[in-house]
Amino acid sequence: MVSQHNDTVEHEGAEHHDGMTKGKIWRVFFYLLALTALEFFIALALVHGGVIEKGLGVNIVYIILTLLKAYYIVAYFMHLKYETFGFIMSITIVFLFIIYFIVLMLTEGTYLKSHYNPFPFWPNP
Amino acid sequence: MSTTVSQLDEVKTGRWSGGKSPFNVEYGKIMMWFFLTSDAFTFSAFLIYYGTQRFAHLTWPDPDKVFQSIPFVADHGYPLVFVGIMTFILIMSSVTMVLAVEAGHRRSKKEVVWWMVATIIGGLMFIGCQALEWTHLHHQGFWWGHIPTQEGVSPEVALAPYFTKEISEVSALQFANLFFTITGFHGFHVSVGILLNIIVLGMVLANTFERRGSYLMVEKVGLYWHFVDLVWVFVFTFFYLV
Repeated sequence: MVSQHNDTVEHEGAEHHDGMTKGKIWRVFFYLLALTALEFFIALALVHGGVIEKGLGVNIVYIILTLLKAYYIVAYFMHLKYETFGFIMSITIVFLFIIYFIVLMLTEGTYLKSHYNPFPFWPNP
Repeated sequence: MSTTVSQLDEVKTGRWSGGKSPFNVEYGKIMMWFFLTSDAFTFSAFLIYYGTQRFAHLTWPDPDKVFQSIPFVADHGYPLVFVGIMTFILIMSSVTMVLAVEAGHRRSKKEVVWWMVATIIGGLMFIGCQALEWTHLHHQGFWWGHIPTQEGVSPEVALAPYFTKEISEVSALQFANLFFTITGFHGFHVSVGILLNIIVLGMVLANTFERRGSYLMVEKVGLYWHFVDLVWVFVFTFFYLV
């Protein structure tokens, strides 16, 4: 069974890196560029052009596009998609804490907002 | 002679039964990933705090009004253009970094060197742009603990160019502090990334990896570099777009 022990660097390098070719790298680059361009289009043409108003709706669209870009960077550029399932889980599962943190801080923010309310400007005129 | 083995004595061949690397990832690379995960927590904490403050205040400086200059070209009137250039530079340098990693897999030293040089130039350009942006904001009066003021003029008038809704000194201060802290922390990461890239480039040129038989170190430094790009994607959204 010792012969199965294959932790030499060279072997690993060859084994699971057939995922990214030059063509694929450029394709991911164009996806990222297109998503960024879309964000600019929404911000400059639609929001500044007065087609849609700044607010929760647009922000959700921005956040979805951002998460999509993050996915492409992590999955393809950082190569996480081609790692083993166990490794992907050990890296990503912990971000549940971040989601929980966002929920907590939004709750906290709501509380703060309701208490800033009577004193919107400081120093008060 | 019995040749059957009891179930307990059978040699297990599963991924986690020992004898092989279950993640099939080299140790240093795993550690880089875990470091980046912890670093992601730090940046998340910063950005979530920024979000909370912004959410909790009735009014907030309008990013389109704060960031609307293109250094050496126009002083105002062009929101998002300069930061768009910065974003493009960083995505571009991320691409050259993957191309360096890809060349490393083919053990093509010459290509690794050129793509890494391109990555370093991209990083330096980004840091240069950030320095210009900081200088511009500093001239306008924004800094840690400072917001634009004019002598003999009430804060509401001095701050008027940066707000669309009502004007608040507290919001402007929070914005200034958080902007410089978060982009500063990101810029610090970019600077460290450039240094790491230069060190690894030196090792490539010194044939270290050629002798070692693998360009894995390029991959590790590449992970760090992509992470810096990843953080910028979020900073860009939450500071400039939203």
